[in-house]
Amino acid sequence: MDTSSTNNEIDSVLKDYDEKRENLIPLLQGVQERLTYLPPEAIERIAAHLGLSENDVFGVATFYSQFRFQPRGKHNVRVCQGTACHVMGGARVLEQIIKQLGVEPGQTTEDGRFTLETVNCIGACALAPAMFVDKDTHGRIKPEKIAEILNGVGNYTGT
Amino acid sequence: MESAIILEPEKDRLVLVCRGTGCESQKAKLIFSNLQKEVDKAGLGGSVEVKFTGCHGFCQQGPTVMIMPAGTFYCNVSPEDIAEIVETGLQKGKPVERLLFLDPKTKDRVLNFRDMEYFSRQRRIVLRNCGLINPEKIDDYLAVGGYEGIKKALKMKQQEVIDEMKRSGLRGRGGAGFPTGIKWEFCNRSVADQKYIICNGDEGDPGAFMDRAVLESDPHSVLEGMMVAGYAIGATKGYVYVRAEYPMAYERTLTAIDQARKRGFLGENVFASDFSFDIKVKLGAGAFVCGEETALMASIEGRRGMPNPRPPFPAVIGLFGKPTNINNVETLANIPVIMTRGGDWFASIGTERSKGTKVFALAGKISYTGLVENPMGTPLRDIIEGIGGGIPNKRKFKAAQTGGPSGGCLPARYLDLPIDYESLASVGSIMGSGGLIVMDDRTCMVDIARYFLRFTRDESCGKCVPCRMGTQHLLRILTDICEGRGAPEQIQQLQLIADTVKKGSLCGLGQTCPNPVLTTLQYFEDEYRAHVEDKKCPAGVCRALISFSIDQTTCTGCGACARACPVEAISGEKKKPHQIDQEICIRCGSCRTACKFESIIVD
Repeated sequence: MDTSSTNNEIDSVLKDYDEKRENLIPLLQGVQERLTYLPPEAIERIAAHLGLSENDVFGVATFYSQFRFQPRGKHNVRVCQGTACHVMGGARVLEQIIKQLGVEPGQTTEDGRFTLETVNCIGACALAPAMFVDKDTHGRIKPEKIAEILNGVGNYTGT
Repeated sequence: MESAIILEPEKDRLVLVCRGTGCESQKAKLIFSNLQKEVDKAGLGGSVEVKFTGCHGFCQQGPTVMIMPAGTFYCNVSPEDIAEIVETGLQKGKPVERLLFLDPKTKDRVLNFRDMEYFSRQRRIVLRNCGLINPEKIDDYLAVGGYEGIKKALKMKQQEVIDEMKRSGLRGRGGAGFPTGIKWEFCNRSVADQKYIICNGDEGDPGAFMDRAVLESDPHSVLEGMMVAGYAIGATKGYVYVRAEYPMAYERTLTAIDQARKRGFLGENVFASDFSFDIKVKLGAGAFVCGEETALMASIEGRRGMPNPRPPFPAVIGLFGKPTNINNVETLANIPVIMTRGGDWFASIGTERSKGTKVFALAGKISYTGLVENPMGTPLRDIIEGIGGGIPNKRKFKAAQTGGPSGGCLPARYLDLPIDYESLASVGSIMGSGGLIVMDDRTCMVDIARYFLRFTRDESCGKCVPCRMGTQHLLRILTDICEGRGAPEQIQQLQLIADTVKKGSLCGLGQTCPNPVLTTLQYFEDEYRAHVEDKKCPAGVCRALISFSIDQTTCTGCGACARACPVEAISGEKKKPHQIDQEICIRCGSCRTACKFESIIVD
């Protein structure tokens, strides 16, 4: 996406919110929803809109784990690291996914297909250990089934 | 479980499809649409109503479908089962045997959900409507007596509402257990041109999911609770702060607010009274510390979610500098019932100092995971062995973890402890928001302490030194111990640092985060000693301290371990004892979980 269309996307979010500090987090969320991440332009434009310093806006954005500063891959793999998942073998699941995708949490595969993330409990504890691929929940995962799950996402063939 | 059945007048049967997060992740949406189609196709549309509901708590065997009023309860339903449910179950009136719950004790199929121990042993006040009404229909909530509580409150004086709440003995369900009526009274006494009510739906404790379930299944009860609170303290604006990780709870809360506005239940002069009140929803952004009330307010204001010292309390200086009352989702869901049935009725349930019920999210090494609600004072054993069906795979109970990262691990000798705020505190844990994670003899307590400290280290906001540095050091020592570098004197260091963090931290996060370390040290010190002195992990979890081998006398050569091994370290001929190549083995324990003959030896 070129700079001007990025800016257009950002501005289309800005116009829905008035210039109150209270709207900072909803604005960051709205822009990230559109662009999958917060590029430097987003920080600049949101700061200008609310009359805050870029430093202040960036400080808030980096405080919350929801916000990302790198573009995301096509599919988002989130592995739950909640207590129930931990007790039920969540660490083994994560390890296996790291091995399959060849990236650490927070990184995106070279082909841009998958971004791997961990999440602190999504409340699907009854299905532990759980992982999420985009909006789909996969529960009671066995490490040996992971390849199958990932292969099912747009017929991924592994790294 | 009292069952409220909301049925259209001309229909005589109701099919309820659970579409909570658990069931929805297993095709509940498709099950619902298939049911609608099949019912129409069979010409039953005139007598059978198909409805979806939120979570009723029996997540273990989802997706579930319930037929009312008979109470027929189908478990583990797949979209392919729908034709049979409609043909055999609804048309011929014969329940589909294979989908009924199988009672592990009697080995019988259970015809009526009211006869399942999981439901019959609960007492549901907070979850009264969960799984029985459509959360996206305000008329369903009205049909079960919804919004009667606020109507009654509006005819009372503010102080009378507060007195009713004080009489009920309701205490905050978010963890700290502060009496709700007194909290309201403080805020009522503050004089200001604007006051706020906040619903704390930032359920960040890993392992707790009751607030999510209530918002997803019965959002109007929370809104009504906020309205009563708003009237009592004199607030005209409310905020619901929901975790970003709960998209369904967020959507359903928005829908409920929209419906309530259209009916005139929110906005100017609600229910044609002098009282005006409106509610906004704020989505969290992934910070555990925002469950702390001052941090939560900072987050709503668009700042970093960092706590502030109290006093001043939010009841005096809160959101945007105005007096603010913050209650948790579960607390608020109790309020409409207290208003309609009275504080005395509520106070008759529970223990001397903890009134009413508590919802627990049961998970971990337990047969039936899900949500359970019981009167305060119910012993852990009733919940774990009675309702939860005990520990699966004939393993032994080792510990129950309550209160998430702020709570502690309780050993078997406290199984008969009646649970309330005081009893849990007396044994070093806390009620917290109600996560209850069950652990068996294959759970390492040092590893659990490390797990929680990694969590609190990551989530510490960094504002005060004891929490920021203390969690870092505790985690470093626990990691040393788990990875085989532990020294005996480190056990004392843990104790010392944990005490300091507890005493010196600014907010609840820091003050309680040493609890997992302190309770495991207190109740499972042997396990710490085994790690540092003998360099062994008795539970067989810490990889640096264990090795796996196969018992050549009991191995049947079934090959289950070899199939489970992620690194192909196991080999052997079919039906002959297998071997593990120690060079390749990564000690993950997958083989041990897979083996049905207890043939994997841990050393």
